[in-house]
Amino acid sequence: MADLVAHGVAHRDEHGSAGAHSQNLRHHFDNMSQQFEAGNLGMWVFLATEVLFFGGLFASYTVYRALYLPGFEIGSHLLDVRFGAANTAVLIGSSLSMALAIRAAQTGRRNAQVFLLVLTMILGAAFLGIKFSFEWRNDYLEHLIPGVNFLYRPEWGANAPHVQLFFCFYFIMTSLHAIHMIIGIGLLSVLTWMAARGRFSPDYYTPLEVSGLYWHFVDIVWIFLFPLLYLIGGRYGIGGGH
Amino acid sequence: MSTAVTEIPQESRVHYLNVSYGVKSWLLTVDHKRIALLYLVSITFMFLVGGVAAVLMRIHLIEPAGALVQPETYNKLFSAHGIIMVFFFLVPSIPATLGNFLVPLMIGAKDLAFPKLNLLSWYIYIVGALFTLYAVISGGVDTGWTFYTPYSSTYSHSAVIPVAIGVFITGFSSILTGLNFIVTIHKMRAPGLTWFRLPLFIWSIYATSVIFILGTPVLAITIFLLGVERLFHVGIFDPAVGGDPLLFQHLFWFYSHPAVYIMILPGMGVVSELIAAFSRKRIYGYTMVAYSSFAIAIISFLVWGHHMFVTGQSIYAGLIFSVLSFLVAIPSAIKVFNWTATLYKGSISYEAPMLYALGFIGLFTMGGLTGLFLAALATDVHLSGTYFIVAHFHYIMVGGAVMAYMGGLHYWWPKISGRMYPDMWARVAAVIIFVGFNLTFFPQFMLGYLGMPRRYAVYPPEFQVFNVMSSAGASILGIGYLIPLVYFIWSMRYGPIAPANPWGAKGLEWTVPSPPPTENFEETPVVTEEAYDYAPIPEGQHG
Amino acid sequence: MSSHVVPLKVYIGVFLALLFLTGLTTWVAFIDLGSFNTVVALAIATVKMLLVILFFMHVRSSSGLTRVVVAAGFFWLALLIAFTLSDELTRKWSPIPSSWGPGTSQSQPQ
Repeated sequence: MADLVAHGVAHRDEHGSAGAHSQNLRHHFDNMSQQFEAGNLGMWVFLATEVLFFGGLFASYTVYRALYLPGFEIGSHLLDVRFGAANTAVLIGSSLSMALAIRAAQTGRRNAQVFLLVLTMILGAAFLGIKFSFEWRNDYLEHLIPGVNFLYRPEWGANAPHVQLFFCFYFIMTSLHAIHMIIGIGLLSVLTWMAARGRFSPDYYTPLEVSGLYWHFVDIVWIFLFPLLYLIGGRYGIGGGH
Repeated sequence: MSTAVTEIPQESRVHYLNVSYGVKSWLLTVDHKRIALLYLVSITFMFLVGGVAAVLMRIHLIEPAGALVQPETYNKLFSAHGIIMVFFFLVPSIPATLGNFLVPLMIGAKDLAFPKLNLLSWYIYIVGALFTLYAVISGGVDTGWTFYTPYSSTYSHSAVIPVAIGVFITGFSSILTGLNFIVTIHKMRAPGLTWFRLPLFIWSIYATSVIFILGTPVLAITIFLLGVERLFHVGIFDPAVGGDPLLFQHLFWFYSHPAVYIMILPGMGVVSELIAAFSRKRIYGYTMVAYSSFAIAIISFLVWGHHMFVTGQSIYAGLIFSVLSFLVAIPSAIKVFNWTATLYKGSISYEAPMLYALGFIGLFTMGGLTGLFLAALATDVHLSGTYFIVAHFHYIMVGGAVMAYMGGLHYWWPKISGRMYPDMWARVAAVIIFVGFNLTFFPQFMLGYLGMPRRYAVYPPEFQVFNVMSSAGASILGIGYLIPLVYFIWSMRYGPIAPANPWGAKGLEWTVPSPPPTENFEETPVVTEEAYDYAPIPEGQHG
Repeated sequence: MSSHVVPLKVYIGVFLALLFLTGLTTWVAFIDLGSFNTVVALAIATVKMLLVILFFMHVRSSSGLTRVVVAAGFFWLALLIAFTLSDELTRKWSPIPSSWGPGTSQSQPQ
């Protein structure tokens, strides 16, 4: 039995680097590199689950868009492209500030970390503000919220049920996305507090890195939601809107 | 079995069970071994709840007109039985108990990659279970565990929302467990432990974890959409807006078919361990068995439409799904062939774990073969919605997965508890379970073939004989399950103290004391041998 | 730590590219290309996604394992979509005979 393993190698150590004796090293890991890689891989695996989670919605959307394109076009034209495009730019900006915040940790600049994390949160909040106070409020006033006050319009003709179906997707998909944004902003507020306390350094910034991955993922979801919801069927006039 | 590891007598040795006492030390633990036991207690409880539903159903079905409950109640019983057994027992069973306990030990690690996430997984499971139990108590659901729309979204007047919330929440428990296993197996293997030196149990847990990650989120979004439709009275499955109820089924089965492989793959991993240990021989064709776990995980995602052959699904989709369903049988068959080849000229002993493993091979094969009847479009038209299906999946889930789970519990019980269970009672219980199981479910193949529909509270009188046989078998099966429950608990206090390696088996988990210390290994082991590196059996000493 | 420090100008460059592509996709949507509109929109979205993944999410300097995980998620979604469409889009290929009863000559949701 004793020949199965060679009891010679003790707990692996890395002297000299910010390795085994860093106060941030969890005891079940051998060194910081292993811990960072584990955290990174863990977040990527989680993001794979998120791809499938949103993916169920995208798959359903694909089915119905293929079946009911005219109704979906009508619905899409009732969305305001300007808000959609502006929100896309806002989120892209927040991804930039998030990436720069991580870079600030990698280069040991604490004030820049805090500033950039706060900026990311502000941009995220701006996205939500535009969505809730402008877009959804307009949709409510225009009776376009299924299950709440959706009204069919005569000019939709036989496509009317499918317009409602489109708006089911619009609200479900953007709500789910918004929930993820809110969770992200919550994460960022914790990170900002940690960054302000000086918790991150070139040797340890794993929470920033993995939260950044999450934030960028939420951005990618919107990168697809924008054309799929707002840009169906082309717009042959200016602005769109109602 | 003697062991070369010298040990301090257990009473004075500190290990993971006695290192700290008190409720808080258990409810706030991050030790994977304690979390495994938390899961063991929880899923045993849920198994008993689901079992009670089954007992009530089988009593009711003694009479053609129904002997016990109203049809509406019967519908709630089979729904509760399915939901609880699938989501709260079978899916977590081996991964969350044996997997949590063994994965770090088998790979030479101190714990999983994310110990706190592991504890969170358990709490999430508990919250989901509480929602579901609340729903059961407040009247239950009558939709079946499959929640098909539009009945579940529009017409059912039962507690769909609480159950949906419960299942939705519990899904995240699976996802986090799978995530933990994948990262752990990739990043925390001991030096020298290459992929092809891993125990096959680890391969099967890894493949199962891949299914957890890729499948469960789709169930989550499907349940979410069902809830939205039920709450807002309009949604994407609603025909009034052009929605397609079959889309629900596509999304549901995209998870739920791979889910059945979540339920069986870990069992197959356990069986590999048991066959190797009790034949004292390396698993024949180790590499093929390892790859077959992956093949099963991948192909399992491509066959879900075989649950929808008679729903009005396109015949062309049906053809594709049928062919792929035949394909998925091949890697499972490879495993059965390789286990059998391992037994050949092995030094076989018939302890209780081996009895369960041998039972698994026979019963899983029967269940798998009857799956081929169902993969063929023409025969499926006749058999779909009948008791043939019920028998098919119970042969795999109970005759397969539960027996593997029991075998694994017995095999690793000495490591988990530091005690031996009573050997004679264990073998008797294994035989009782085998007999009771077959008496319960074999008649159901006959019933299904003869045309008795499933999920019906009443049936024509000509089916009564088989139904009575099945119910008689269920009572024997129930007794068979209660016996280990009693002696496992008994053994924790009165069982003989177990040595580090009571079976003389190969594997890193047998190199640490029984029970292990909290940190598992005093020094990180270095692995230099292949898996199952048993000494070759001298000529003339086979069998 | 395993991640390199990405130069500032790379991040800025990616950001500007993303903004440009957003403008581009919006502009193209106002031009009638028929069903090609969808193809262009999805292609541009895919390019944007790849920019975010490779640069902001550091996959460009990540291990092969990370890339496999990323690819697996999207590939699996593609499987879900493809196989579901194999049913939803081909139901009308074999209409149900009207002899099966009233209202059965259409097999598609309305």
